[in-house]
Amino acid sequence: MTSTETTPTAAPVKKQLTIKVFGVGGCGGNVVAHISHEGFAGAQLIVLNTDSQALAQIPLPYKFNLGLKLNGGLGAGGDPERGRAAAEEDETRLRELCTGVDMVFICAGLGGGTGTGAGPVLARVAKECGALSLAFVTLPFDCEGPKRMRQARQGLEEFKAAADGVICLPNQKVFKLIDENTSVIETFSTTNELLAQGVRGIWQLVTRPGFINLDFADLCAVVRDRHSESSFASAEATGPHRAKEVVEKLMANPLLDGGAALGEADALLVSLMGGPGLTMAEVNRVMEQINRQTDNAHLIMGAAIEEALGDRMTVTLVASRKRSHAADLPKDTELEPVSKLETAPGARGGSDFDLLGAAIATKPVTRTAAAQAEPERVVVAVAETATDVAAPAPVAASRSWRSRKKTKVAHPELRLETVTKGPFEHSEPTLRNGEDLDVPTFVRRGMPMN
Amino acid sequence: MLNLFFPEKTTVIVGLEIGTAKVAAVVGEVTDSGGVNVIGIGQCPSRGVRKGEVVNSDLAAEDVRNAIVEAEKSADVEIASVYLSVTGGHLTSLNTHGVFTAASDDHEISQPDVTEVLANAKVFNRPSENTVLHAIRQHFTLNGQAAITDPIGMLGGKLELDMHVVHGVTTRLQNPVRVVKGLNLEVEELVFSGLASSLALLDNEQKQMGVLVVDFGAGTTEYVVYADGVIKHTGILAVGGDHVTNDLSFGLRMAPARAGLLKREHGAATIEGAAGQTLTLTSENGFPDRRVNLEHLRRIMVARLDETLQLIDEDIGEKGFHDQLRAGVCLCGGGARIRGIEKLAEEVFDLPATLGRANAVGGLRSATDDPELATAVGLVKYGAIRQKGQRRVGLVGKLKHLAGSLGIF
Repeated sequence: MTSTETTPTAAPVKKQLTIKVFGVGGCGGNVVAHISHEGFAGAQLIVLNTDSQALAQIPLPYKFNLGLKLNGGLGAGGDPERGRAAAEEDETRLRELCTGVDMVFICAGLGGGTGTGAGPVLARVAKECGALSLAFVTLPFDCEGPKRMRQARQGLEEFKAAADGVICLPNQKVFKLIDENTSVIETFSTTNELLAQGVRGIWQLVTRPGFINLDFADLCAVVRDRHSESSFASAEATGPHRAKEVVEKLMANPLLDGGAALGEADALLVSLMGGPGLTMAEVNRVMEQINRQTDNAHLIMGAAIEEALGDRMTVTLVASRKRSHAADLPKDTELEPVSKLETAPGARGGSDFDLLGAAIATKPVTRTAAAQAEPERVVVAVAETATDVAAPAPVAASRSWRSRKKTKVAHPELRLETVTKGPFEHSEPTLRNGEDLDVPTFVRRGMPMN
Repeated sequence: MLNLFFPEKTTVIVGLEIGTAKVAAVVGEVTDSGGVNVIGIGQCPSRGVRKGEVVNSDLAAEDVRNAIVEAEKSADVEIASVYLSVTGGHLTSLNTHGVFTAASDDHEISQPDVTEVLANAKVFNRPSENTVLHAIRQHFTLNGQAAITDPIGMLGGKLELDMHVVHGVTTRLQNPVRVVKGLNLEVEELVFSGLASSLALLDNEQKQMGVLVVDFGAGTTEYVVYADGVIKHTGILAVGGDHVTNDLSFGLRMAPARAGLLKREHGAATIEGAAGQTLTLTSENGFPDRRVNLEHLRRIMVARLDETLQLIDEDIGEKGFHDQLRAGVCLCGGGARIRGIEKLAEEVFDLPATLGRANAVGGLRSATDDPELATAVGLVKYGAIRQKGQRRVGLVGKLKHLAGSLGIF
């Protein structure tokens, strides 16, 4: 198992991954607490919240109260602006936390104040510090009201813009996983469990050695700079037909929209794990079935043996797709006023809340110091090297984030011909193997007609 | 003697299909010998349905009324209730398995045990918004002895049951029912249209040998696999003749209505003999209007039909049914009228393919020979099967039964 504690003395000879899992807001805190219940020694778990009471209930050592000056530890009151301001107040501290970390998981429940507002700030800070930031977020249940949903959607867009990858779990979809008699506690526990599974699955993906190895770089290739929304699913099966069953279960997973998410994905990461009895034929069968679902996705696979699994076989799948540009344009203009607020940094007094003392002390001191001394220079360097975007050297952190968004918009994909679906335009699309069957077959098969 | 006072009413059964292309009502009667005769048909072009599901209930209601009125006239009966077929991309099917374990092996299987194993088999993971449309028994297995049809009275400790379940989204299943009920008609039962078609086309021997029924409709294509006399698999693709028309309209750049006409007149499921030929279309005034390459028309059609059949083939191949279909493929629905479709099906499935005729019922030849009416005719058959068990329940039946048991006749 990988140790996350980098030695404070010299640079380690062999690069070991430093992973931190942040839970932002009430929901994020619960998810992280859930992860710790199950025993998760691989990464450091940190909880951030604006509400001191909620924070006090989390049984974890590393906690940090955001925006103490601004909100007085009373929470963000469901207002993302206050959550954002709180995070910006403590941005220096967040930067310290993210420095020298390779990978940052951010768990947050969207729709409220802290998760929605502070989460994207953390994602941006993490990215600016050179860490791969992956956000695991939930969208509220429909019954929580349209306002929360609107806030959540906006938060999601901001997350997508700020983080390298966003894995989004609409709570409403969890309804398909539960039955009538499931209690509220169990339901929320289910969503927490799903997010926790996601974090754990990805963590295992990059740290566990396998015979077809998947490493950190592979994950980067899938999520880095796609600003994409990803779907995540995992399934487990046993018995002689497990290869077939596991894929069936995977396709039945509501989080993948019955396999539709696979068809739309342009990058796909598949991790297979089984006991020592895992055969190549089974790996082949699983991959064959998944391949059939996707056409032109960039597919990365890994397979690993885990003694503890015994007869079982698990498949973890991350499908990420680019945002469609058509959907992008109006959203961007809509978001503009919100992101403008980012440029006003506000008072960023260093907070003297030292719950994280131990965590900071274990950081490589040199990097932290450099980041503190010349924060702007570091930011520019990171933005240029890590994102490959030929933007003019941005001055402020939030500006660099915005300019990146604009360059994306400037290069829309060219579509050769707009295909009308005729009378089926407004009816539910017929999807099979990720193909929209309403589009004429000869168009999809590219048959020339002249 | 008693029959003079209580003349046995011939049971009239009506099958109603609210299809994408047409609404069809078929009236059938059950003869004393238990056979089914078609005595009336009513049809009306359908306007309120897309991909097999009602999208405009006012238009659909009007079309249903027209079809029912025509059927009433044609059969000279008054229709009060119908068996209604349903279809749509939301329907899903799966095979489930139920187990009942008794305390000891020398346990005699009784009715409650069968009820319990039935209930067990119906427990499966389905979305909460779905309801079960059909739960069809396949076979019982008793202590490992497979293929038992009726286990009651047999000895065994472990009773298992395989079932085929078709389920769909409750609200979408209720839409056509609401249309029918709005016309003051009762809906006896909802039936999956693929199941109805297969009942009309197949005889017991075919079901025993194993057969695939493909109902190529205008909005949807349903398929049903029979093997060993029971339904093994059903499926639905929300792709049909409308898609062919739309492909042509897009590919040949013409209005869908015109593309539909061309499809019926010049369409075929093969490109043989079409190379280099052109069609000259005339405008409304009768003047030559434009020319269409027949080969293009055929290639567009073949691409779509081939793909649709391929998708079905993949699905049944994945479940491993290919070896069990010794009676081949049976085609029905409007798509069965396409020239050369059976040949294409033979190529795709690598099995003998035939156009289905409603062999299972008698009566009006125009109904039983029409592949497009297979579903509606099958509904009548379904109704006859369902009512067989209930026929004795009426007052007359009870009296007859009583009289019979007293030895009067």
